[in-house]
Amino acid sequence: MKQPVDHMKYMEGMEVISSEVMDRVIADREAYDPSYYTAAHVQSALGREHCTQEDFAALLSPAAEPFLEEMAQKAKTETAKHFGSSIYLFTPLYISNYCENYCVYCGFNCHNRISRAKLEMTDVERELKAIAATGLEEILILTGESRKKSDVAYIGEACKLAKQYFKNVGIEVYPMNSDEYAYLHQCGVDFVTVFQETYDSDRYETLHLAGHKRVFPYRINAQERALMGGMRGVAFGALLGLADFRKDAFATGTHGWLLQKKYPHAEISFSCPRLRPIVNNDQINPKDVHERQLLQVMCAYRIFMPFAGLTISSRERAGFRDHVVGLCATKISAGVSTGIGSHVEEVSEKGDEQFEIADNRNLDEVCAAIRSRGLQPVMNDYIFV
Amino acid sequence: MNKDKLIIGGHEFRSRFILGSGKYNVALIKAAVECAGAEMITLALRRVNSAGEGSILEHIPQGVTLLPNTSGARNAEESLRIARLARELGCGDFIKVEVIHDSKYLLPDNYETVKATELLAKEGFIVLPYMYPDLNAARDMVNAGAAAIMPLAAPIGSNKGLSTKDFIEILVDEIDLPIIVDAGIGRPSQACEAMEMGVSAIMANTAIATAGDIPMMATAFRKAIEAGREAYLAKLGRVVGKGGVASSPLTGFLAD
Repeated sequence: MKQPVDHMKYMEGMEVISSEVMDRVIADREAYDPSYYTAAHVQSALGREHCTQEDFAALLSPAAEPFLEEMAQKAKTETAKHFGSSIYLFTPLYISNYCENYCVYCGFNCHNRISRAKLEMTDVERELKAIAATGLEEILILTGESRKKSDVAYIGEACKLAKQYFKNVGIEVYPMNSDEYAYLHQCGVDFVTVFQETYDSDRYETLHLAGHKRVFPYRINAQERALMGGMRGVAFGALLGLADFRKDAFATGTHGWLLQKKYPHAEISFSCPRLRPIVNNDQINPKDVHERQLLQVMCAYRIFMPFAGLTISSRERAGFRDHVVGLCATKISAGVSTGIGSHVEEVSEKGDEQFEIADNRNLDEVCAAIRSRGLQPVMNDYIFV
Repeated sequence: MNKDKLIIGGHEFRSRFILGSGKYNVALIKAAVECAGAEMITLALRRVNSAGEGSILEHIPQGVTLLPNTSGARNAEESLRIARLARELGCGDFIKVEVIHDSKYLLPDNYETVKATELLAKEGFIVLPYMYPDLNAARDMVNAGAAAIMPLAAPIGSNKGLSTKDFIEILVDEIDLPIIVDAGIGRPSQACEAMEMGVSAIMANTAIATAGDIPMMATAFRKAIEAGREAYLAKLGRVVGKGGVASSPLTGFLAD
């Protein structure tokens, strides 16, 4: 029987950087015991002006759950101090859903028999035009994680096109080397999102059975390589529910915190996906992350790093999203589709969705909801220099 | 008071209140400007760029002087590129230099700001550098061609007031250009205190943008700034300024 690839060992061509960040994140996660914290720890954390990593640990603990209202109050104050009334809008554009990885929880995984597609540049441009016509000025380009089907050159061409139609271009693609990030930066990209999924190395190994994504350290260090490549900002996220969500949220926040300390100019943001119904969902054993726990995590991120961006996923229902913007979230997607070629009818290549979304409102509807809460929809607050 | 003008780069202003614009519900900007009596408003070029309702320019009343800032610049060279873009977009010659490469505290980089001031002044901009209140850096900015100096009172958005009071006072004493306190002013009383000290103007954003009643808070700031200015011009009474006077004069022995 073929031995599985060692998930801690880099594959050929993967850049190894000298960095202490991963070891620190993993060690801190290991040491974090959410059950250690008491109401007194939480009250102390809430009373402090500047939240320490230890306070962050307390705010993520079960002991903080009875203090969720106090956390929300503090989070809202911090959000207003740092972002005022501004709520940023964007939408993702999936250009390919080919994937070489076998991640048991993901709709795109290479063993799922879904309709695969990769857009030609003419179709990429059609989709970009259609989205830009709605008034959006920020776009997130996504692919499945296949270097063969969607190589760096392909992504770069798509990003060059995206830069013509959008002021702000981000990517959420497979992790790559710093020189590749530098190339994509030249193509107009300034923000890189990589979800670690889980920071529990053992759990990661059991969930990522094959492909480049199996290599745990290469993925963790992706944000740092992106910053080395000249990107302005990086985003972090654990798929809450894959492992102990409190420990994963703690690791995610610690990861962003450590990288911001090392690269003070870096703009840090967090996303908070949690498991939603997808193909193969029955093969994993998710810990329960209800809305209450999700809000606790989001408020903890906000209080710990009040200056960081916080994006609310379209996996969540409209009512939840509308209430968390301005409270702790600062960015919200609108007009979302996670399928391929789904923004324009004439695009012949069509591919299946990665996951089901719970909020399919268009831009106007989302903006109206933001305004109704006394907040300001902002299409762009960024300049590429 | 009518003759008391704020002069920046040869331009005269009656108001000593510069309004920030970055954190507003844009529909309320006009009311805030009018109630504040502001004649100058800052705006981030990265927001100006935006089309449709998100464009702040559409909401700024006619006749108000624009003070575009270079937020987003991480070094002097980037601030120059943003300033040039501001000029191309018709935002005028005033420019507030913001060079920041710290995303956590958003503290300005004085070294790069001095360099940016020199580059921009050479291109004919009226340069207002946002800076951490350091006398040596302020002198360098004066020599580099600044039209005013904008020291921070406290970390931006903190509403903490005059945390750097002693250092701003040093700038007031030593720098001949207008000193405009920028960032950190959270209450009208803090704005008033800064004006009493002798600073030339106040810039505020978060304190008003996040107030319960924006027009009313803008009005309150205007009054506080005017009160502080008048107190400064009237010169504070000696009791307030220096404390009590001894009932037995220390020099009384000279008459013995």
